[in-house]
Amino acid sequence: MDKKSMKGWLYLLPAILFLGFFLVYPLIDVFIYSFEEGYNSASQTYYGVGLYNYAYVLRDPYFLQAVKNTFILVIITVPVSTGLALLISVGLSSIKPLRNLYQTVYFLPYVTNTLAVGLVFMILFKQTPYTDGLVNLILGWFGAGPVDFIDGPYWAKMFVLCFYTVWVVMPFKILILTSALASVNQSYYNAAKVDGTSRLRVFTKISLPMISPTVFYLIITGFIGAFKAYSDAVALFGANLNAAGMNTIVGYVYDMLYGDSGGYPSFASAAAIILFAIVLTITCINLLVSRKHVHYE
Amino acid sequence: MDKHTDYAKLERAARTRKALASIAVYALLTVWAVIVLFPFYWMLLSSVKSYSAYNSEYIPQFFTLAPTLQNYVDAFTAVPLARYFANTLIFTVVTTLLMLAVTVLAAFAFARLNFRGRNLAFVAFLSLMMIPNELVIITNFVTITNLDLRNTFLGLILPSVTSVFYIYLLKENFAQVPDELYYAAKVDNTSDLKYLMKVMIPICKPTLVTITILKVIECWNSYVWPRLITDDQAYFLVSNGIQEIRENGFGRENVPAMMAAVVVISVPLIVLFLIFHKKIMAGVARGGTKG
Repeated sequence: MDKKSMKGWLYLLPAILFLGFFLVYPLIDVFIYSFEEGYNSASQTYYGVGLYNYAYVLRDPYFLQAVKNTFILVIITVPVSTGLALLISVGLSSIKPLRNLYQTVYFLPYVTNTLAVGLVFMILFKQTPYTDGLVNLILGWFGAGPVDFIDGPYWAKMFVLCFYTVWVVMPFKILILTSALASVNQSYYNAAKVDGTSRLRVFTKISLPMISPTVFYLIITGFIGAFKAYSDAVALFGANLNAAGMNTIVGYVYDMLYGDSGGYPSFASAAAIILFAIVLTITCINLLVSRKHVHYE
Repeated sequence: MDKHTDYAKLERAARTRKALASIAVYALLTVWAVIVLFPFYWMLLSSVKSYSAYNSEYIPQFFTLAPTLQNYVDAFTAVPLARYFANTLIFTVVTTLLMLAVTVLAAFAFARLNFRGRNLAFVAFLSLMMIPNELVIITNFVTITNLDLRNTFLGLILPSVTSVFYIYLLKENFAQVPDELYYAAKVDNTSDLKYLMKVMIPICKPTLVTITILKVIECWNSYVWPRLITDDQAYFLVSNGIQEIRENGFGRENVPAMMAAVVVISVPLIVLFLIFHKKIMAGVARGGTKG
């Protein structure tokens, strides 16, 4: 190899070392782990090779609970957050005064620590012997009874988790959608104005088709992000998510790896691979659906 | 005359409809702004209520007439919050600096140097962007454990350094710097490294600032990896610290002290955001992802 090529690779070397060691090798290794049966992390030995880890994970009631929770979370939060973000972004782009202020405020959750703010949400929703909490106070104004959202019934807990997840993902979606709306060619709107087109029609016939690639991008990343939900749940319900019945698939992977129920990298690997098989399938379905409905210029 | 009044009426009706529509829009936007800001208000408010006042409120009060800073004192004395803070600062600074060094060198190689296999290597790098963190974290956990790097800064930092996306972002920016500058530097016998330091980095400073800020946010909020790799409080970062405080600190009922800790942890990034909000939002719009 000539000197020039050596130099190029030398500049790349640090990146290659880091990526190779912490990204490429682990990716290969995780598949190997997932097929090694009875792997013992202390002695680093295993009995055999096969699909036992997958079979175990798929029969584990905690995993099935985590899958159920994750799917409910995805199915509720992705449409709600995307729809709400769309509504707010359209509202934002129709006003001039205060627009920058609103935009800045809306982005605030993006830079906050999920764990820290999750604690505030827990306080707001939690019912303790001392107080029913703020949310229950507000519910009381409308005559609804106090509900324990943190330690109470399943759907109350799921509601808080979905609410907090939407709160956390909105900044990104609003930001991306407002910049997409701002980049729509103004002459389309002017033409619609000349024709006296109604607001709703302008939205469904001009804005929406023009930004449909962005909306679609947000739906895909939203699905992927929601399938990987974990720290929001920890923030609300504590680190022992299995006990709260609110574990997610990613939470299951980490619990298998470390903590009171941990020490099983093989089960963790199998669960992680199952998760990414699900994510990949859903993304492919999304891509197929989008071909029909997304308008690319 | 009749027609004239008709026009006035029409115009008035149209104006009313427009006003109503914009009232509805502002109402919607304000409601969401309140939902976004309320948790921040509540954490500030609760953090200045005294312990006894907070616990005697069966019905939560929306303001307090007797604010106290005692909770902030408690937050720093009853739990090692200053330690968590310092750890996070060290972790964030070292990780970000290492990331910048690795990223600048790699982006420069891809954008400016000609070497055999460059395009293939670039494609390989890009394809690495698709690898989800949740898959590789399992082996990294085992690796770091086997290297006896649990509860060390090295173990925390090393796997958090690389971000393929930032290399890509910076490479795109470096590639926009006109070739003429490079040839001029070559004529003057400037070394590649000096050219990178004296020309490329100053020109591309805005992108470097953006990726620095994004990385700082990522480091400050990171929770999963530090949780897996540290169980000694001496190495906890703020996210793990807050979780520890929630589970065992202060006693479960001391919500005001918890909220004081939450405020202390949230303030640095909020200040950073208020100063750089245009840059951060532009940077995220260009390629940050979350949610």
